[in-house]
Amino acid sequence: MYGYLFRRLLGTIPVMLVVAVFIFLMLRLTPSDPAAIIAGDNANAEQVAKIRGQLGLDRPMIEQFVIWSGKVLTGDFGESFFFKKTVASLIGERIEPTLSLAFFTILIAVLVAVPLGVLAAHRHGSWVDRIVMGFSVLGFSVPVFVIGYLLIYLFAVYLNWLPVQGYQRISEGIGGWVQRLILPSVTLSVIYIALIARMTRTSLLEVLSEDYIRTARAKGQIERKVLFRHALRNAAVPIVTVIGLGIALLIGGVVVTESVFTIPGLGRLTVDAVLARDYPTIQAVILLFSFVYVMINLAVDMMYTLLDPRIRY
Amino acid sequence: MSAPVLEVANLSVAIKGSGDRPHAVRGINLAVGANEIVCVVGESGSGKSVTAQAVMGLLPKAAMAVETGSIRLEGEELTTKSDADLRAIRGTRMAMVFQEPMTALNPVERVGDQIGEVLEIHTDLDPRERRQRVLEIMRAVHLPDPEQMIDAYPHQLSGGQRQRIMIAAALVLDPALLIADEPTTALDVTTQAQILKLVREMQGRKKTGVLFITHDFGVVSEIADRVVVMQLGRIVEQGPAEEVLRNPREDYTRMLLASVPSMTPPKRVPVTGQVVLQTEKLFKTYGKRSLFQPRARIVNAVNDVSLLVRRGETLGIVGESGSGKSTVARCIARLVPPSSGAIKIDGSDIAGMTEAAFRPVRQRVQFIFQDPYRSLNPRRTVGEAIIEGPMNFGLSRGEALQRARELMSVVHLSPEALDRYPHQFSGGQRQRICIARALAMRPEVLIGDEPVSALDVSVQAQVLKLLDEVRRRFNLAVLFITHDLRVAAQVCDRIAVMQRGVIVEQGTTSDVFAAPQHEYTRALFDAAPGRNREFFAGAAAGA
Repeated sequence: MYGYLFRRLLGTIPVMLVVAVFIFLMLRLTPSDPAAIIAGDNANAEQVAKIRGQLGLDRPMIEQFVIWSGKVLTGDFGESFFFKKTVASLIGERIEPTLSLAFFTILIAVLVAVPLGVLAAHRHGSWVDRIVMGFSVLGFSVPVFVIGYLLIYLFAVYLNWLPVQGYQRISEGIGGWVQRLILPSVTLSVIYIALIARMTRTSLLEVLSEDYIRTARAKGQIERKVLFRHALRNAAVPIVTVIGLGIALLIGGVVVTESVFTIPGLGRLTVDAVLARDYPTIQAVILLFSFVYVMINLAVDMMYTLLDPRIRY
Repeated sequence: MSAPVLEVANLSVAIKGSGDRPHAVRGINLAVGANEIVCVVGESGSGKSVTAQAVMGLLPKAAMAVETGSIRLEGEELTTKSDADLRAIRGTRMAMVFQEPMTALNPVERVGDQIGEVLEIHTDLDPRERRQRVLEIMRAVHLPDPEQMIDAYPHQLSGGQRQRIMIAAALVLDPALLIADEPTTALDVTTQAQILKLVREMQGRKKTGVLFITHDFGVVSEIADRVVVMQLGRIVEQGPAEEVLRNPREDYTRMLLASVPSMTPPKRVPVTGQVVLQTEKLFKTYGKRSLFQPRARIVNAVNDVSLLVRRGETLGIVGESGSGKSTVARCIARLVPPSSGAIKIDGSDIAGMTEAAFRPVRQRVQFIFQDPYRSLNPRRTVGEAIIEGPMNFGLSRGEALQRARELMSVVHLSPEALDRYPHQFSGGQRQRICIARALAMRPEVLIGDEPVSALDVSVQAQVLKLLDEVRRRFNLAVLFITHDLRVAAQVCDRIAVMQRGVIVEQGTTSDVFAAPQHEYTRALFDAAPGRNREFFAGAAAGA
């Protein structure tokens, strides 16, 4: 088990290396020039070349990569071209809103989707099942920004219960922090509710036809316990897999949601950095995201062993 | 007889929607007394399991419902009870044990907790008291080292131990009625013998009434006080076990009894044909120790197996699960690569051949699998399934279809069957199709891996007869893998007995059955249910 964990952690090194090379090349092979963007529309070629020299972009690509990756290994992600700050401090500022948003989104998604899925499976074929599944199709197909603006209109503009947009740090008060996160989290969670509820239902339906469910009923067990004690844990592996995937995919959703609700998080930072061709920032953010992906996968695999004693590494 | 524990009167269970018949069971009358074991025997679709489920109140609600009749447990009517009342009775006054102990136990919960669950539901005992009670009942069902085993998960136990856990969970509150639905069908014979003994013992302990469902007359003769014979949802005949087994009144019962293969092998002329299949010092090893896993488990699934089969001969490999008998067969067909040793087909060694070199030989070794429900692709017609092989080996579609049509008459099916899908056939018909599919390749060696084990006895007899016909007609060398000594006695010229990867005994069927040499072979014979009984009673009078 610990040997396995160690080998998996060791395995992240080549993954991160590949990601680093890939993103580095991708940025430099795209036809655009950060120096020209920084210099502005009225700059002449000489000025642009000067800026390029300052940024170190005039050196051979291999040299640039060696310098950059050497710094990254010491924990130095460089300085942003655009924001004029170190990338590390930039990410440090932006990470709290994104983590908060992701946390609430997954929390809402799991708390709503799993019971919905269980209910749908339990009442398989009934109107409850059909409503849940209908909602799930809707959740898949309506884009995040549409849901976002609809919710803003309803709860912020029309009913005036919640703020329209913005973000408040935890340090400035938990009440305000939660209040401003409700709408964006709900918006973002819709698609995950649809996904997880569907998976829960399918997985549970399969388990409900197993012999041990019949055994539990033969013992005189009540239906609620049959569902939650016997069925759900056996159905959990695919559900946890989907939740893990959901967390990984959140990053894409975060970009749109943060734009709709003007939350100063990593999603917004990514968009801004890409528009400004801010190489150091883009590279660092992508590296961070890939690292998170790998860790989530590992965490999911570790969860399997907790859920099912037959799974051992 | 004292007042019955269970009394079922005029019970009919309706099948909702369109089934092949409107009632799963109809007009059932039966009773189980205290301290009595009543066996319900029948083939698949006879309604024996539905009867058990109806008593337990566990009928699948969407598909079936009790229509008329009454079910009384210790005089109390169950059919009018609410769900909550029934739940309170299940586990306390009536309990059930199922066929497959692996799937009937929750794989992610400790076995002690699964026994304790019954106490949790129906008693006020605190966790410590529950644990004590669980340990007591685990000792009572003779589980080794209960203090350790109570915290084990089902996959860590053997099949027999799992079934003991199931029985412990069923009996922990001393129910008046125990329903056992084929509780030994999924187990090896030696394990089956132990579980049957345990059921007897536990039943005597508290004078429990037992409704024991089985398809196996051997088991019936071992355990039953009374027998109920069912066919197509109705009771055909019932009475004291001795009487029904010795002097069955109904034709159907006679037919069933006559279908049970005899333990006495018929006289056979030794086959002297040319050797087609031969293995020499065959090994198959699973698992490998490496730098990272120095303590990995190494299993010798097949250990130094040497055997030969002549043209026109049937060699049986007999053994329990895990004996390696299927692995031998799979190695010979090269479905798994052997670790070492030689496999000679017509003298040429195929064990080390490359896949390309082996390919032309592949059609000469054909396989029939155990479960005809899963070995045919449900989305392809029978015809497509049969012609696929010959077409892979160069026959045109027309020629292959012509061959398939001829084979349909060999396996006694009509040529129209080729255009239909597997689900439109019964289990026995599907196995005939699988035989035709194997024969379409014009093989020299036919391997049957438990080819009749999933079939009802009456169907089993027909398929065995067919296998014998095709062996004669095409002069095939047949390797017949089975766990069933009765079947082996009837179809094999010679048999090899396997235990833990090793052939412990090999000889002509009549020699091995008359005088088994190895102690394991003797143990197998001793465990065979109803070993001393011939079920020919009604054969002469009946069909």
